[in-house]
Amino acid sequence: MKKAAYSFPEEVLEHVFSFIVSDKDRSSISLVCKSWYEIERWCRRKVFVGNCYAVSPPILIKRFPELRSVTLKGKPHFADFNLVPEGWGGFACPWIRAMAGAYPWLEEIRLKRMVVSDESLEIIAKSFRNFKVLVLSSCEGFTTEGLAAIAANCRNLRELDLRESEVEDLSGRWLSDFPDSYTSLESLNISCLGNEVNLLALERLVSRCPNLKTLRLNRAVPLDRLPNLLRGAPQLAELGTGAYTSEMRPDVFSNLAEAFAGCKQLKTLSGFWDVLPSYLPAVYPICSQLISLNLSYATVQSPDLIKLVSRCEKLQKLWVLDYIEDDGLEVLAASCKDLRELRVFPSDPFGLEPNVALTEQGLVSVSEGCPKLQSVLYFCRQMSNAALNTIARNRPNLTRFRLCIIEPRSPDYLTLQPLDDGFGAIVEHCKDLRRLSLSGLLTDRVFGYIGTYGKKLEMLSVAFAGDSDLGLHHVLSGCDNLRKLEIRDCPFGDKALLANAAKLETMRSLWMSSCSVSFGACKVLGQKMPRLNVEVMDESGPPDSRPESSPVEKLYVYRTVAGPRLDMPGFVWTMDDNSALRIS
Amino acid sequence: MEPSIYQSELNLEATELRLGLPGRTNNKRSSPEDRSRSISISISKSSSVDSSGPSNATDHDDDDDDHQNSVQPAKVQVVGWPPVRSFRRNSMQQQKQKKDEHNNNNGDGSAMYVKVSMAGAPYLRKIDLNVYNSYSQLLNALQNLFKCTFGEYSEREGYNGSEYAPTYEDKDGDWMLVGDVPWDMFTCSCKRLRIVKGSEAKGLASL
Repeated sequence: MKKAAYSFPEEVLEHVFSFIVSDKDRSSISLVCKSWYEIERWCRRKVFVGNCYAVSPPILIKRFPELRSVTLKGKPHFADFNLVPEGWGGFACPWIRAMAGAYPWLEEIRLKRMVVSDESLEIIAKSFRNFKVLVLSSCEGFTTEGLAAIAANCRNLRELDLRESEVEDLSGRWLSDFPDSYTSLESLNISCLGNEVNLLALERLVSRCPNLKTLRLNRAVPLDRLPNLLRGAPQLAELGTGAYTSEMRPDVFSNLAEAFAGCKQLKTLSGFWDVLPSYLPAVYPICSQLISLNLSYATVQSPDLIKLVSRCEKLQKLWVLDYIEDDGLEVLAASCKDLRELRVFPSDPFGLEPNVALTEQGLVSVSEGCPKLQSVLYFCRQMSNAALNTIARNRPNLTRFRLCIIEPRSPDYLTLQPLDDGFGAIVEHCKDLRRLSLSGLLTDRVFGYIGTYGKKLEMLSVAFAGDSDLGLHHVLSGCDNLRKLEIRDCPFGDKALLANAAKLETMRSLWMSSCSVSFGACKVLGQKMPRLNVEVMDESGPPDSRPESSPVEKLYVYRTVAGPRLDMPGFVWTMDDNSALRIS
Repeated sequence: MEPSIYQSELNLEATELRLGLPGRTNNKRSSPEDRSRSISISISKSSSVDSSGPSNATDHDDDDDDHQNSVQPAKVQVVGWPPVRSFRRNSMQQQKQKKDEHNNNNGDGSAMYVKVSMAGAPYLRKIDLNVYNSYSQLLNALQNLFKCTFGEYSEREGYNGSEYAPTYEDKDGDWMLVGDVPWDMFTCSCKRLRIVKGSEAKGLASL
């Protein structure tokens, strides 16, 4: 009797749970008691797997039998910068095969930094009747043939987003494989494709899909075809142009300006390859409604950028090349009071001398003028502690701060001191900082500050910094919320790693390359911590062919419930209890 | 495809890629203390997936065409630094090359300005092939310039159902139908263009 009074029928709980969408909360619910765990797992529809090797397809399917949406991430972040050799892993196929069997009603697949084959795409195309969303972010391994299979078979497809993937572009014909009866497209991103798609097919597709909100074209779509496309989709909210150049002719320009003006809902612009500056004014009619602008491929000079940006009073997000210079950033600071995110990319990252007048001053101006600024990615060639201090005090609401001073180990250019105090000010004042990337000349002291103040820090990227193990120890022992730590070319070694072994189980992953971690220490770590995969990468040969004290090339440690992975290439070894047997 | 990795030792300068005149030294070299830490410097052959080939060392050459005649020494590249993604790097390289070719046009074999003639037109025109990235861009421009239409291109039938078709003279002196070879190959081999009547072009297409 008493029992009944205290328990809800399952249906009621399920209904309540359906309002809980965040993964963290779902996880918390499942820990309350066994029956809640059971109910929750049957009604979970969406899952995010931050590291595809942390769990396995059978484990996922066993626990969550009724998923509609799966997100998987594969390679570590440093793969973006060629630090992860070809063939390392992150294969999507086993996942897709398993899901094809277990989830006939799967609607959404989102993959990041994974290797996806045409075969996998064909399986997706044929296995899920109600498939709606395919996002392949920074993926590779597939060709336009795989895309053709998706186009031809997925009747209910809403979103096809290939952002920044490497696609072997065999032919633009795949786009024609969307049947004439197909009209449900809402979002298409083909900006990464190298070759021309069939433009006529594209125009027809765009004009027959009334819900198309996002269209990101590739460079090969010529500018003079853009007006037609825009007229076919006046409801567009996000547009990525193709090449933004053409023979300068008044009718092309006026056609373009008119077409832009007709897109009353357009809020996001990107693309802008090969920009002819005289065509930029064509977007002026819609500048006042823009909230996001990606000009990071636009090789135009500061005056043209200023004219454009100063008209975008509602701008919240700006990605731009350092051609904008300090002057342009000052105008940005004065004009765009709603700015939340700024990314400034280098136009000439490998040049020895600065090619633009962009310094720390630009960032200082923006930090002063934009009260809502939260997220910064900034490439520059000089920085000072004073500037960092000012930025920190101006913007304590920063949540993401990634600074890349191009020359490694650059000191404060005014005092020639390390930049420890400057970054220290950042972590001290920005109490909600979740992501931080360091650069410049840094000693162990900066890590002391990070360990002390970086309590909300979740991701830290370090390069060419620190003096000793103490630096690493400060971070591992101090940052309570650390999930991802990636380090390259720092003198961090065995002591800090082994002393904080338990910490690693609370994190998603740790990457260390060109540091001073010895093979022996990796073995010890692997043996001590069965719930971690300790992977050593070495392209010059098996690590046990060298003394145990010699440093490993690359180390990738991550927590897992799936045990050591079985798909490693020849240059990756897992350190575990069986490591003695494995390496022969 | 695997980058070779060297531990940075005292021979750094000997192994460094340079384009400068002998005797010029690089500014900012790493100090001996720095070198004692394990810095791996990869002279990466595969640092970019860019198929257009030229290494970053060559890019610096292009950079300096504006400054006198001095050639800056190329920097020894550290893999993955600065942290700029391949897609972005390749894209910037391509755009830069295009601009530089555009600025330093004519004189070399693959001249970018080409003459365009059309049967019946009173005079020839000239266009800069470098302004275009693809066949459709070029063909649109030609159609506008000469107020003619080309129709749909297909491999089998050439430009079907149109009054006119675009042809070009290649490096070997042969007259080819525009559109058969990849765009980049076309721009390298095209010496001049000629817009011919559809009937003339059919002869070319059916070969």
